[in-house]
Amino acid sequence: MKALLKGVAQRLVAALAVMFGAATIAFIALQLIPGDPVATLLGPQSSATAAVRRQITLQYGFNQPVAVQYLHYLNRLVHGDLGQSYQLQRPVASLISEQLGPTAQLALAALVLAVVIALVSAVATAGRRPALRAVAVTWELIAVSSPSYWVGILLLTAFSFQLQIFPVAGAQDFSALVLPAFTLALPIAGVLAQVLREGLEAALAEPFIVTARARGLSQNAVRLRHALRHASVPLLTLTGWLTGSLLGGAVLVEAVFGRPGIGALTLQAVTSKDMPLVIGLVLLSAFVFVAISTILDLLYLVIDPRLRAA
Amino acid sequence: MTNITLIKDVPTQGGAPGRERATRGRGRLRGVLPPPAVLVASVVLILLILVAAVPGLFTSASPIVTNPVDALLPPSGAHWFGTDELGRDLFTRVIYGARPSLLIGLGATVLSIFGGAVLGIAAALSGRAGDQILMRLADVLLSLPQLMLALLVITVLGPGTVNTMLAIAIAFVPGYARIVRAEALVVRRSGYVEAATGLGLRRSVLIFRHILPNALGPLLVLATVGFGTAIISASGLSFLGLGPQPPSPEWGAMLSDGRNYLSTAWWLGVFPGLAITLTVIAVNLVGRRAQARFTRRTAQ
Repeated sequence: MKALLKGVAQRLVAALAVMFGAATIAFIALQLIPGDPVATLLGPQSSATAAVRRQITLQYGFNQPVAVQYLHYLNRLVHGDLGQSYQLQRPVASLISEQLGPTAQLALAALVLAVVIALVSAVATAGRRPALRAVAVTWELIAVSSPSYWVGILLLTAFSFQLQIFPVAGAQDFSALVLPAFTLALPIAGVLAQVLREGLEAALAEPFIVTARARGLSQNAVRLRHALRHASVPLLTLTGWLTGSLLGGAVLVEAVFGRPGIGALTLQAVTSKDMPLVIGLVLLSAFVFVAISTILDLLYLVIDPRLRAA
Repeated sequence: MTNITLIKDVPTQGGAPGRERATRGRGRLRGVLPPPAVLVASVVLILLILVAAVPGLFTSASPIVTNPVDALLPPSGAHWFGTDELGRDLFTRVIYGARPSLLIGLGATVLSIFGGAVLGIAAALSGRAGDQILMRLADVLLSLPQLMLALLVITVLGPGTVNTMLAIAIAFVPGYARIVRAEALVVRRSGYVEAATGLGLRRSVLIFRHILPNALGPLLVLATVGFGTAIISASGLSFLGLGPQPPSPEWGAMLSDGRNYLSTAWWLGVFPGLAITLTVIAVNLVGRRAQARFTRRTAQ
């Protein structure tokens, strides 16, 4: 029990350290932006007077030493204050929380779709006839090699413009979720299917599979109950990468389908050089990654006592 | 590659004798000639390099000059891929798009390998404190999705061709640095480095002649597949309007332009994307082949 608590504490400290590092890198990026921050803030067309500029300088603390600015910045972050968006003149935290819903929906739908596609493909094709395997290898290769936004454009052309089954843009109802979710899911499904199929093929060669068959289990029961369990372990280690590619992919997919969400907000922030908003979004993606990998680490600790000592 | 020649001279004991005998039994050519798919992929890659180097060989039209009379014509004998909204021949634009698309991917890959090699070797050889600092920094950068990190860099540097290349390179560096560090740690403890140290070689000779070449091998193989990822990421950034600016023909930017005409001109959304996908498929096939050969060779 003591070892478990110590392990948990270690993981939490490590997670905090990564978040602190991400916040520091974001602050350094802010300092690296060339030019006067007040000018960035006001925009290129501004004709603000010197008095207004001075007031902004004081309000944002641009006149203070960088170290003092950094401490203020960390202090604000600890209190959950992500600052004000330059362009939209609203708190970054509320901008992000407003857009979180549609993106969470999209990411979750894509994740479920990707896992289902990968499972079906891997279980159906692992260790089967060469022709069937060739089909699996081919679709996996195409899925990981095509840019997701292009797949989105193809789906949009075929199903929205030609067949007119799904809406062209927006996020109003379920039918507007189908094409974006599939677009986001496809490259991830390709990677997952590859890993899962190779894992299954390795597992099917293990002696315990022969034992299970000898006990009279059917080929399919062996695949689903014994081999699949072994093959899905490496999938857990992919989870961090997976969340990252979902968030990154959302930027492109939301752009193709004109969906509102975190991705669309990110693109807007980057193109308008709205640094506080960009930093908020960077910290959000770091937080999602750290939270998920910490939870997984803790689960491993509970499952496998050997890891507690480390 | 010192370790490989060393190991080759030792007769194989155990390992995978069955596999070795099987390949030897089917004749020498089998190990030399790649499978047909990889052969086709190599031909495609060579063709792509030729297209990128001398696009004028493949088309006589201009990728930039507009011709509004011919706007949005469907594919035909005169215009194989149709024309875009300004009447430019899409086939010509796709041909001329090979150079920026491949160059950004290549530049990003080379830069990220260089950065990864320098940081990885530095971490492995700079003692405990330096190693800790560099690797914790890599942990932090790896906690950000690659596209997010690239977007952060672009926010700081601004959009454009060179900045896109830099952004992708920076996003790839932490991953490569980790791989080089792990390899360099293994190589540093190996017998031949100990022997070289014992011979009294200078530290720089040790690093550049013995540690670097051996630690870099796996990275170069990984980088072939990484080249494909870099092309996809680069085209994605230009699709978002952050890469090469119009009117330069770049595959991702062309797809972005074509998006407004999808309801009437499907070809604008198909051919540039097909070019990206075929390129990346070819790169991946050749890269995986290289990876498989490399693992087999080191395993023997």
